[in-house]
Amino acid sequence: MAAPGGLAVDSLSRELLQSVVDVARAIFGAQASSVFLLDVEAYELVFHAVSGQGQRTLLGQRFPAGSGIAGWVVATGEPMLVDDLTHSAAFDRALAESTGYVPQSLLAAPLIQGDRVFGVLEVLDPSPRSRSNLESVDLLALFARQAAAALRIVIERHQLDGVRTSGGLDPDDRASARQLMYSLQRLLDTSV
Amino acid sequence: MDLVMDDVRAAERPRLTWRLYGRSWDEVALAADGEPVTADWAWGGATGSKVRVCVVDSGVEAGHPLLGQIAGAYGVVSRDGGLSVEETDAGDACGHGTACAGIIRRTAPDCEIYSVRVLGERATGTGAMMLAGLRWAIAQNFDVINLSLSTTRVRFTDELRALADEAYFRRTVIVASAHNTPVESYPWRFSSVVSVGSHHDEEQPESFLYNPDPPVEFFALGQNVLLPWLNGGTIRASGNSFATPYMAGVCARILSKHPRMTTFQLKNALYLSAANVNVGIGGPS
Repeated sequence: MAAPGGLAVDSLSRELLQSVVDVARAIFGAQASSVFLLDVEAYELVFHAVSGQGQRTLLGQRFPAGSGIAGWVVATGEPMLVDDLTHSAAFDRALAESTGYVPQSLLAAPLIQGDRVFGVLEVLDPSPRSRSNLESVDLLALFARQAAAALRIVIERHQLDGVRTSGGLDPDDRASARQLMYSLQRLLDTSV
Repeated sequence: MDLVMDDVRAAERPRLTWRLYGRSWDEVALAADGEPVTADWAWGGATGSKVRVCVVDSGVEAGHPLLGQIAGAYGVVSRDGGLSVEETDAGDACGHGTACAGIIRRTAPDCEIYSVRVLGERATGTGAMMLAGLRWAIAQNFDVINLSLSTTRVRFTDELRALADEAYFRRTVIVASAHNTPVESYPWRFSSVVSVGSHHDEEQPESFLYNPDPPVEFFALGQNVLLPWLNGGTIRASGNSFATPYMAGVCARILSKHPRMTTFQLKNALYLSAANVNVGIGGPS
């Protein structure tokens, strides 16, 4: 069962999503944690769970998947940690300010199922550090793997609105299909 | 004897990551046969002059104070139903490509840097974009290609492997970021590329290691690395993405000093000059 805004409304799904971000926040002693899921058709990332700063306001908000750190993580499947964000004139500051919270550091890992990235798990302002930054990156990546398996169950149960991770052609498949059509057209054009 | 070794292997716990946590550099010392190759011989005094390096990533913010001008900016675009590569002034979609280019500039200040933007295009798959950008970069005969990206899409594997082999024989070295957890992704797993993970010894920012337990072959500093970011800004970041361009910069320096090196000679020079590889001094193999 999904709400019009695309968010899980049944208690089990809500609890699972919320527990992922709550535990991530607790592991890192962070100010906030979020799960974004990729809306492939709109090519947008959608806030599906938030713990801490922004918890009341961010659910359902969307932003372009082709930009920003979360966008890079979803595009590449690589986790990363960025620090000293106050020295970055950009860092999606407009976005961060619109969400009501501007972090100093950000840790992000992909949510992967099979060979596809379907979302991002983010942690804002982890502190104080009890482990090195690379250890934090690895720990979040490992936790994201577990979270991805659980989230996949939620998605498959309800096929959340706006999160089309199965069925139809994904962008890579569409690109391949277009390339094939293009090649066939050229072949037909040149073979007469 | 084999039985004993099998028992030992069976008792080993599965690895959670490829990193060398808990092992000192002495513990991963490797004895090697070959000519003594020192870092000084390999790239000492070299600046990357006349070496062309291509950053296949999210684009580059040309003119950034930590980067300066670049020699060319291109992007993969959808055109007539296919993907093609064209000159672009689109800049950087997220800062990541600028960060990689900045590390290369810092490491090999006189190399020529080119950018191919393969991220940020709406609703076009990352795997297809990366493949198109990489194919174009190999055709341009760049000396070094920095690829802080990988794809998990299995169906691209064969084509990526063929491209990596082609680059290898054309003397274009692909320096590719590894996934740190045991995720199946490519092309870093191919032996024809220089694959890079991270060490976290910030006291040794210019040292790199050869991994005694591949598939990841080299480890360079990937923690708290100062990076150029968008709009002239800087950040510090951690991840294999930022260890990779350091190794690409080292490759550029080696090739500027030894321009006739083949890719296999270059990889050999990296191996023999790694901080944990000791040529001809014995020790456990």
